[in-house]
Amino acid sequence: MNAVTVAPGSESEVREVLLSETEPLHIAGGQSRLVATEKKIISTSALNGIVEYEPGALTMVAKAGTPLSVIKAILQQENQQLAFEPPEMKHLLRLTGNSTIGGVFATNASGSRRIQVGAARDHLLGVRFVDGVGRILKNGGRVMKNVTGYDLVKLMAGSWGTLGVITEVSFKVLPIAETQSTLKINSCKASILTKAINTTYDISGTFYDVGEGMAYIRIEGFDKSVKYRVEQLLREFADFEVDILEMEESKNFWQNVNDLDFLKEIKGDLWRVSVKPTEGSKIIEMLDPKIGFLDWCGGLVWLRVDEGLNVREKMQKVEGHAMCLLGRFEQFHPTSTLEKKLSNSIRKKFDPKMLFNQEIMN
Amino acid sequence: MYLTDPDPTILAKKMQLVDKLLSFLPRDAVIDDPRETLAYECDALSAYRCPPMVAVLPRTTEEVANIAKICWELDVPVVPRGSGTSLAGGALPTGDSLVLGVARMNETLEVDYPNRLMRVQTGRTNLSVTGEVESDGFFYAPDPSSQLACAISGNIAMNSGGAHCLKYGVTSNNLLAVKMVTMQGEIIDLGGSHLDSSGYDLLGLVCGSEGQLGIVTEATLRILHKPEGALPVLIGYNDSEVAGQCVSDIIKAGVLPVAIEFMDRPCIRATDAFSQAGYPDCEALLIVEVEGSDLEIEEQLTKIVEIAKRHDPVELRRAKNNDEASRIWLGRKSAFGAMGQINDYMCLDGTIPVSKLPFVLKRISEMSREFGLDVGNVFHAGDGNMHPLILYNANKPGDLETCEAFGAEILKLCVEVGGCLTGEHGVGIEKRDLMHIQYSGDDLEAQMAIKDVFDPKWLLNPTKVFPLDASAERRANASQETAA
Repeated sequence: MNAVTVAPGSESEVREVLLSETEPLHIAGGQSRLVATEKKIISTSALNGIVEYEPGALTMVAKAGTPLSVIKAILQQENQQLAFEPPEMKHLLRLTGNSTIGGVFATNASGSRRIQVGAARDHLLGVRFVDGVGRILKNGGRVMKNVTGYDLVKLMAGSWGTLGVITEVSFKVLPIAETQSTLKINSCKASILTKAINTTYDISGTFYDVGEGMAYIRIEGFDKSVKYRVEQLLREFADFEVDILEMEESKNFWQNVNDLDFLKEIKGDLWRVSVKPTEGSKIIEMLDPKIGFLDWCGGLVWLRVDEGLNVREKMQKVEGHAMCLLGRFEQFHPTSTLEKKLSNSIRKKFDPKMLFNQEIMN
Repeated sequence: MYLTDPDPTILAKKMQLVDKLLSFLPRDAVIDDPRETLAYECDALSAYRCPPMVAVLPRTTEEVANIAKICWELDVPVVPRGSGTSLAGGALPTGDSLVLGVARMNETLEVDYPNRLMRVQTGRTNLSVTGEVESDGFFYAPDPSSQLACAISGNIAMNSGGAHCLKYGVTSNNLLAVKMVTMQGEIIDLGGSHLDSSGYDLLGLVCGSEGQLGIVTEATLRILHKPEGALPVLIGYNDSEVAGQCVSDIIKAGVLPVAIEFMDRPCIRATDAFSQAGYPDCEALLIVEVEGSDLEIEEQLTKIVEIAKRHDPVELRRAKNNDEASRIWLGRKSAFGAMGQINDYMCLDGTIPVSKLPFVLKRISEMSREFGLDVGNVFHAGDGNMHPLILYNANKPGDLETCEAFGAEILKLCVEVGGCLTGEHGVGIEKRDLMHIQYSGDDLEAQMAIKDVFDPKWLLNPTKVFPLDASAERRANASQETAA
């Protein structure tokens, strides 16, 4: 087990820790996505609380260690949400921790609504963080439009705690739709997802169950509008066998997608592959997995494969990347030589003492 | 504003540079005659002018890479240029620089509807991108006011926005990949047709870096299916605070309009006199636009009108068809022209938290009296992106300086209330020395460290974005290397 955990309660305490630290550290949010492997942990758990919430401006500022569940509950009171639906990995990875808002953005964790509203990185408006030499830094702010200087906000989103300890995030929130419906379409082809998204009907989720040959298309909005769009789509897909999941049933289905429930039962290595949407089915054909699901119109492929199968090797000719979540392979897909050179130099600028999360992206 | 002096050691290399360029570029792609380089002396921040040493107009990524390599070897600063529509002086040359214009790189390389993307060379104008796919029912969402002229390269450099960002986001939310040439002449692909990347989000970092990290030659853009229709409603109030409250209530009610535009009284009067749009003479005017099928538009507008009525409007005009819609938009769309008719103007784009709107408007009108210059406000109210237009007379000595001082005060105010210096125009030279207001020395150091990584000699657009005093040492090192 890990020997030491420090949990600084303020930015300046984080700074104190980092100024004097010389040994590698693991930055931990809720430890629901990444498990600590270093001997020493710096935890954001004491950086907790909402700093500011303006429902009328669709923005919230929160300390990095604030649990995702708390953020969701507060937003819900104003009928708002994190529209990018951060997925929960912990059940699947058999971890006990609870997601924090800092961890969500540090991993750019984005769910099914990615295809309609963008990823976590598209909702992050500002960050405060402490870098590896103890500098307290900020970038972006709490307004929706901001092009003042370089966009380090995007750099920090998805940097998996390799550039600094994020202490505070500000982000865009959106209203929860009045109602939703999901069309469950019996189709042997996943291309039905891209057909659905390329209509005027503002689809907010597309999912394909490869084993069952079943496509799921979500429509959200005001009541009349949802009814209208469902009717139009039924007309569009008149040649298929279609069921409709209404409000609660629809919500439950997408909650399961969000929790990655459908991947739990089957054993084997767990991979998450990101490709051009029309190539999702190709990945399935190529790998013949034990179980496979497509999200993001086909652009996000969830796979359980035989232990030790090298997915990356198999998809060499396909543009995209594969993340290994359970298995013996390196978690992150290697990037191009030049990209790696630039990324390593950036990492060195922010973390010259090589303190942060050394085991990943290295 | 101080414009940096040209470095004589660089100027001395002009002939050598031109010879090298002509070894692989056609004669008409290399502009070195001082009468002709004048065409590149400024962008849309036309108060500042300085012709470059040389301008080049390549057609391919490989040509751009060769140009970069030569400039890297000779230590010649490079100023990338799209269409030259920057309001912040982003494409303003220095006297010792090479302007690299991408205007001839305007091919469409790929249109892929199933994956909702298209790939273009970045000299394409913003509007022509939509033009290419419009007949098939698609569009490219970011819509800066200059969209008829501005190039995708510049949109990426400045992370441009537009009136419809409230729903569709800005450039960086609609950009999937770029092909970029580094200052060393290396070609790198960032992002892809897939929806996220392994490793750092270098694409996100490049977008909005004002041509300081690389020269983007190709872009993969998200295209979306067009909604069935769109209609606006015009709402007038006699109190800007009430108008602000109305905006906030609309958003809280769960309606997400594609645009919420705000105009104040000076702006309403000027535009109405100019365009005869028939706007009410009131303190604050809102134009709220929604999208969808007829039924969906009806449903949303009904909700908006209901909310607007609660706040006792002096005018409420709901468009029933496209004709009425264009009449509502007429004044707003001619606002800049109308203000320009009255006098020269400077357009700012500081952004504020929406809740601070009434306070900021009140302070701006007080400052207007203090500085003795009129100001009108047009505003993307949904996202807090202000556009104060300060009127001044360019022919009156001292007026420009007063206007700039007034502008700086407004931007300081934006930062003080929790906003930022620029929401969509960029920093350029115009706001570089105000960066200290928003960022600490360490914050600026962290950003400049990124430039060190991509452009270690600080040759790409070096005098932009950062306060000259903050970047002085880095730029001096670069020119010392030149002298040596």
